[in-house]
Amino acid sequence: MTTIPIEVTVNGRSRSLQVAPQHTLLDVLRDDLALTGAKECCLVGECGACTVIVDGSTVDSCLMLGVEADGAVVTTIEGLATGGRLTPIQEAFLDEGGVQCGFCIPGQVISAHALLQASAHPSIAEIEEGMAGNLCRCGCYQQITEAILATAEAGRR
Amino acid sequence: MIGRVGASPQRVGGRGRVTGLQHYVADIRLPDILHAKLVTLDCARARIVSIDTSAAERVPGVRLVMTAADLPQPVPRFGPQFQDRPVLAVGETKYHGEPVAAVAADSRDAADEAARLVKVEYEELPAVFTIEGALDPAAPLVQDAAQRPGDNLAATNVLREHLVGWGDVEATQADLVIEHTYEFPMVTHFAIEPHAFMAAPDGDGIAVWSSIQHPNWLQKVLADILGLPLAKVRVHAPDPGGAFGGKQHAKYEPLVALMARRADRPVRLVLTLEETFQAARRASAKIRVRTGFQSDGTFAFQDIAADYLIGAYADIADRVVGKGSYPGCGPYRVPAARITARSILSNTTPSTAFRGFGAPQVNWAVESNIDAGALALGIDRLELRLLNLARLGEAFIPFDTPADGQWEQVVHRAAELIGWGTPLPAGRGRGIAVGIKSGPTTGLSYATVRLLADGSVIVFAGTSDMGQGARTILAQIASDELGAPLDWVTVVMGDTAVVPYDQQTSASRSTVLMGNAVLDACRDIQSKVRAMAARLEGIDPSEIAVEHGVVRLPGREVPIVDVLKPGLGPLGGELIGNGEMRKEGDPGHPLGGSVAFFEFNCTAIEAEVDRETGDIMLVRHVTVSDVGKALNPLQVRMQDEGAAVMGLGHTLMEHYIFDGSGRIRNLGAIDYRIPTSMDLPLELLSDMVENEDGPGPYGSKGMSEGALLCVSAAVAGAVHEATGTVIRDLPLTPERVWRSLQEGGNG
Repeated sequence: MTTIPIEVTVNGRSRSLQVAPQHTLLDVLRDDLALTGAKECCLVGECGACTVIVDGSTVDSCLMLGVEADGAVVTTIEGLATGGRLTPIQEAFLDEGGVQCGFCIPGQVISAHALLQASAHPSIAEIEEGMAGNLCRCGCYQQITEAILATAEAGRR
Repeated sequence: MIGRVGASPQRVGGRGRVTGLQHYVADIRLPDILHAKLVTLDCARARIVSIDTSAAERVPGVRLVMTAADLPQPVPRFGPQFQDRPVLAVGETKYHGEPVAAVAADSRDAADEAARLVKVEYEELPAVFTIEGALDPAAPLVQDAAQRPGDNLAATNVLREHLVGWGDVEATQADLVIEHTYEFPMVTHFAIEPHAFMAAPDGDGIAVWSSIQHPNWLQKVLADILGLPLAKVRVHAPDPGGAFGGKQHAKYEPLVALMARRADRPVRLVLTLEETFQAARRASAKIRVRTGFQSDGTFAFQDIAADYLIGAYADIADRVVGKGSYPGCGPYRVPAARITARSILSNTTPSTAFRGFGAPQVNWAVESNIDAGALALGIDRLELRLLNLARLGEAFIPFDTPADGQWEQVVHRAAELIGWGTPLPAGRGRGIAVGIKSGPTTGLSYATVRLLADGSVIVFAGTSDMGQGARTILAQIASDELGAPLDWVTVVMGDTAVVPYDQQTSASRSTVLMGNAVLDACRDIQSKVRAMAARLEGIDPSEIAVEHGVVRLPGREVPIVDVLKPGLGPLGGELIGNGEMRKEGDPGHPLGGSVAFFEFNCTAIEAEVDRETGDIMLVRHVTVSDVGKALNPLQVRMQDEGAAVMGLGHTLMEHYIFDGSGRIRNLGAIDYRIPTSMDLPLELLSDMVENEDGPGPYGSKGMSEGALLCVSAAVAGAVHEATGTVIRDLPLTPERVWRSLQEGGNG
């Protein structure tokens, strides 16, 4: 099977990979790099379970080909906590009750993290709009909003 | 970190969930595994003329193409209530998405390609997709009558009829009778984790991984099909990524296990979201309600006829119909009642358990009909409900558990939070409804708890933590009883070779049944600690009490660990406690057993309707539940608010759409909408009533489904008050609301 070489930095580590041209970035992360934090659900860019950050912007990694990530800097959920310490947004998800089954949570946390990077003190309306691409069937939306607000508030102090 | 019950510590297992390190089934990598893909037809019902697998087999990397002919003959069938579902379609497909073959290959790409190349010649057959179609005397039979020997309904598409009642409905006089028919849509669970399965030969047995709610039930199904003793079937059940009832019973595990045995290699099958839509759904329903009222607002009778459209195979759907319709009269004093319910087979996705278990359908109809009666009588909708509401201890269903809560407190609290009776801004309306659900009617849970030499604890419990937070609750109980900090407690679940038997994770039972089993196991350890302390102190055990982590000796109290260490002695070791909780059945009871507890909820809504678009804006959504005792108040809130949001799904937007061939036209996340963060009410408020009057640990009750039960009727009630329009068919989409407004809208 044909493969194409790419160079990609994932969670701070540069990787040289041979990827199949039809494989998505999600396939590459999960199958080639064994980074299974990004999840497979709808595969059409609607549910947000596969959300990662590519060159500073959140993307649904199911909608991007692996070869398109050549030269990119990618952050996945596995890249957030460092040195065994959770980031404030991860702690806030747990403190505010934003996590139930957890399957959507890697995508939610990545989206929330990126939202706070873009806007340190988002309004509730901005949060609800910014997080609308991440489905949660457990229905934790209110708690996730509270987690984002609490993180922003803690950052203010 | 102390995990005392009543506190809200961080979720046990939460860390893995926010770091991406939690492994769901699809995240587990087994060496040398084959990837499976299902082969399905592009219609619902078809006669399979031939299957040509030759092109598929030529795809590089393909190791196995399996059809019904490759299975043991006759093809094994399974199901929790009726053993009617074949491992692969035999001769004929019954619904859109039923697999006729499956491919296993070294890579997913090869499996996908090969599945497309399996050539199936088929002839589409007449089929039924609606209640009316299935009940037509000329309708084709969904299930072969020969598969239903001794069943006097076998020549129809009615699988079962259920009848419960009391009093004499026909002879009861009423001042006012209100009769309407209501419809509830076909909706799907849409857990964000699609179902995933793996199987691998394991010595002389088999190991199976599944995102299943009932690992022990699955173990038995597989043992029966494979002809293996239970001890040779090891079911690994990693925490499901959402389940909501859709993952209770076996789906493709038997197929994957048979493929793994034939290939003699591990096999994995991860469904697409579209395939999960075709694997599990909630029953749609059409419900006729005739309610008799006296002029003072008291109920004279309820006469309910509920038709549920189930799928082509029964799964647990008929139990859903029987049990879901059973409390159909609601938590009220009703002198005469007649509830008939039918499970009707159709050539559609097999329906199964789904949060609320058949109760939301009837609740929608009956609570809406009560609103219609209140309106006709000129009685306030809240007052009418309070007037008829059963009070604590009242045998409102004459042959079952009496009312087990002070439910009027719940209703009053919800009314207060919504501001019932206070002036409304123009264009707004309020609605209020109550919901009740029968808890488990039988149950059996075992737990083992090990108190290790340093005072840390391992709990073994067969419950599945699918998001409801059972792991945290069980850890809190052990922490509280044995005095270990919460982060010194490990809860092991999801491995039938390791964890003792648990009947199932359903019906909001785990806090009550498994919780009591864990409590019982902790008490077993406490009695051993007591004996240990008596030996060390040289006093009689009757002078010692052990509770909540401490040992009370005459004149002083010490932590359990201070007795444990000297008591175990220089070799160390551990204390092991075993616990058991049984809820026995009753063969004479209509449900096979009395109800362990009721879930009770009151939901109140304030809404505004955009008359130009039909869009409903929810201003405030209040949900209040009777939980007995909140062992973890934050988790109660999460479950209640989550159930409320899920209820808004089938109320406002969710439904399957079929075409003439029975194909689901809105498969997948683009065309089937569930609530997002943009769909939340402007205010979502939850609260709870705690009187410590439940059968669970510390007076708790089950509570994970209540807040979904009566959302629809409360929303429709608010829409009616806001606009005057009455709609008796869900979901209340903007188009449906707009049309109703255009048509004058009195239903």
